[in-house]
Amino acid sequence: MPVESLTEREAALRDLLSLIEPVLGDHLLAARIARGELTITVPAAAIRRVLAFLRDDPNMLFKELVDLCGVDYPERERRFEVVYHLLSLKNNQRIRVKVETDESTPVPSVVELFSTAGWFEREAWDMYGIYFADHPDLRRILTDYGFEGHPLRKDFPLTGHVELRYDDEQKRVVYEPVKLRQDFRTFDFLSPWEGGGGVLPGDEKATR
Amino acid sequence: MAETRLETFAINFGPQHPAAHGVLRLVLEMDGEVVERADPHIGLLHRGTEKLIEYRPYLQNIPYFDRLDYCSMLCQEHAYVLAVERLLGCEVPIRAQYIRVLFDEITRILNHLLNVTTMALDVGAMTPLLWMFEEREKLMGFYEAVSGARMHANYYRFGGVARDLPDGLEERIAAWIDQFVPKLDDMDELLTENRIFKQRTVDIGKVEAKDALDWGFSGPMLRASGIPWDLRKAQPYEVYDRMDFLIPVGKNGDCYDRYLVRMAEIRESLKIMRQCLAQMPEGPVRVQDQKITPPPRALMKSSMEALIHHFKLYTEGVRVPEGEVYAAVESGKGEFGVYLVSDGTNRPYRCKIRSPGYVHLQALDFMSKGHQLADVVAIIGSLDIVFGEIDR
Repeated sequence: MPVESLTEREAALRDLLSLIEPVLGDHLLAARIARGELTITVPAAAIRRVLAFLRDDPNMLFKELVDLCGVDYPERERRFEVVYHLLSLKNNQRIRVKVETDESTPVPSVVELFSTAGWFEREAWDMYGIYFADHPDLRRILTDYGFEGHPLRKDFPLTGHVELRYDDEQKRVVYEPVKLRQDFRTFDFLSPWEGGGGVLPGDEKATR
Repeated sequence: MAETRLETFAINFGPQHPAAHGVLRLVLEMDGEVVERADPHIGLLHRGTEKLIEYRPYLQNIPYFDRLDYCSMLCQEHAYVLAVERLLGCEVPIRAQYIRVLFDEITRILNHLLNVTTMALDVGAMTPLLWMFEEREKLMGFYEAVSGARMHANYYRFGGVARDLPDGLEERIAAWIDQFVPKLDDMDELLTENRIFKQRTVDIGKVEAKDALDWGFSGPMLRASGIPWDLRKAQPYEVYDRMDFLIPVGKNGDCYDRYLVRMAEIRESLKIMRQCLAQMPEGPVRVQDQKITPPPRALMKSSMEALIHHFKLYTEGVRVPEGEVYAAVESGKGEFGVYLVSDGTNRPYRCKIRSPGYVHLQALDFMSKGHQLADVVAIIGSLDIVFGEIDR
């Protein structure tokens, strides 16, 4: 099988996008083709309609939901992105669909369309606290029983809030607040001499 | 006659059970001996890999990928390295591509040998495990030869591999292939037509092609249901497009077919390894861009620029352009993908690990419905799950 070059793949994705655009109409908030991948952004309320179209339309046939995950951008007004990766075995293409949401706005669950979304949505709930409406079984999945907080949020500390210890007197495992023997250290080795793009102290003298 | 009251009861399976393949805790709702519902409780091996990755420079994250699925280490490094390479836009030298394909296939054999033999152990055959773990040890010897570690190799780098193959390794691998084929035949003879093995696996945990897609299956699980889909053929990376190999496909989608697919894949992997060894050219094994690859030690003694590059690479690390990318490889278990978001600094902004085992384990509930408790063990065996990658 000949390998597609990047330009060929991007041309194929442009064709795909031209088929998607008229159907989604106003629902298509943004579309981008970069590095051989197509990303479309749609409103959260329309996600079920969009994914149903992508799955069932004879030109699309994205039958497999490969991945679903959250991403946290705390500085944005709606801080979470939910990212869906779909794969079409028929056309050998991938597409990435994004919706934006915040802590309080639920995203419609897509479990009815793709059974595999069940655990992915549970994970996104567990890790980010993104709420999925109409999910049949939205429990925590990876964290401990009785865990508090959503660990992958950018404002959740790397060390967590509690630590476990076996207590010899009580003869059981107990939770305690994390005690750090030394301050948590994180270094930012970013060099100010390249990239960055900001104005460095003293730069104003150079223009004088 | 007294009225009999029928009710289901729940039993707890695992997390410390040899047939749970790790730390799987299953809450099974049983109606007598028949499973009504299986609710896997996972996360007992959750180490927060994705969170840790956000706090490390790109290079320091490669070892985390070895420790996800600790049976197909290099395939996972491969997905991460591919993702970073796509963001950096760097080309990999051809020899490095061959080395990666060679070691991906070694990894696949490692993975399939573990799975096939432990599944056989779960349904009562102990001998294959004893035979094949010896072969796995020899394969890990090849890992050790290139990287110094038997399992967690940390061998792939952005733009190539850490170092070239040591002298004589190619001959050793070729010799291993030749002596391995008869041993594989032995195992084949022992298991494939074995009456007990077939009784335990044929028609157990059947998955139709439609369900396999709905549940997001990939790899041998998907192929056993009759869908000829393999990323190595469909979306070839590295030099897989130059390789001549077949994609084994099952018919019934039951545990037995999944076993057969894996056995056939081992043979195809051997074919690919032979082709790699025959075709591998000489040449560099890392990209020569010194913003990505550190300079050789000797050069640092004489070149100021090389010293600066070295210092920058080991303090600041590689700075990856802003963007997002999803890179997937066909690991032994299925499609292993990495969704990487970069904000232009020296650390990933977000790294989502898409592990095949997570998806497959989710389907356990519908696969085991109506089966007996002992069949659940066979189904878990055929799912090929490893908790390192499920819990992450």
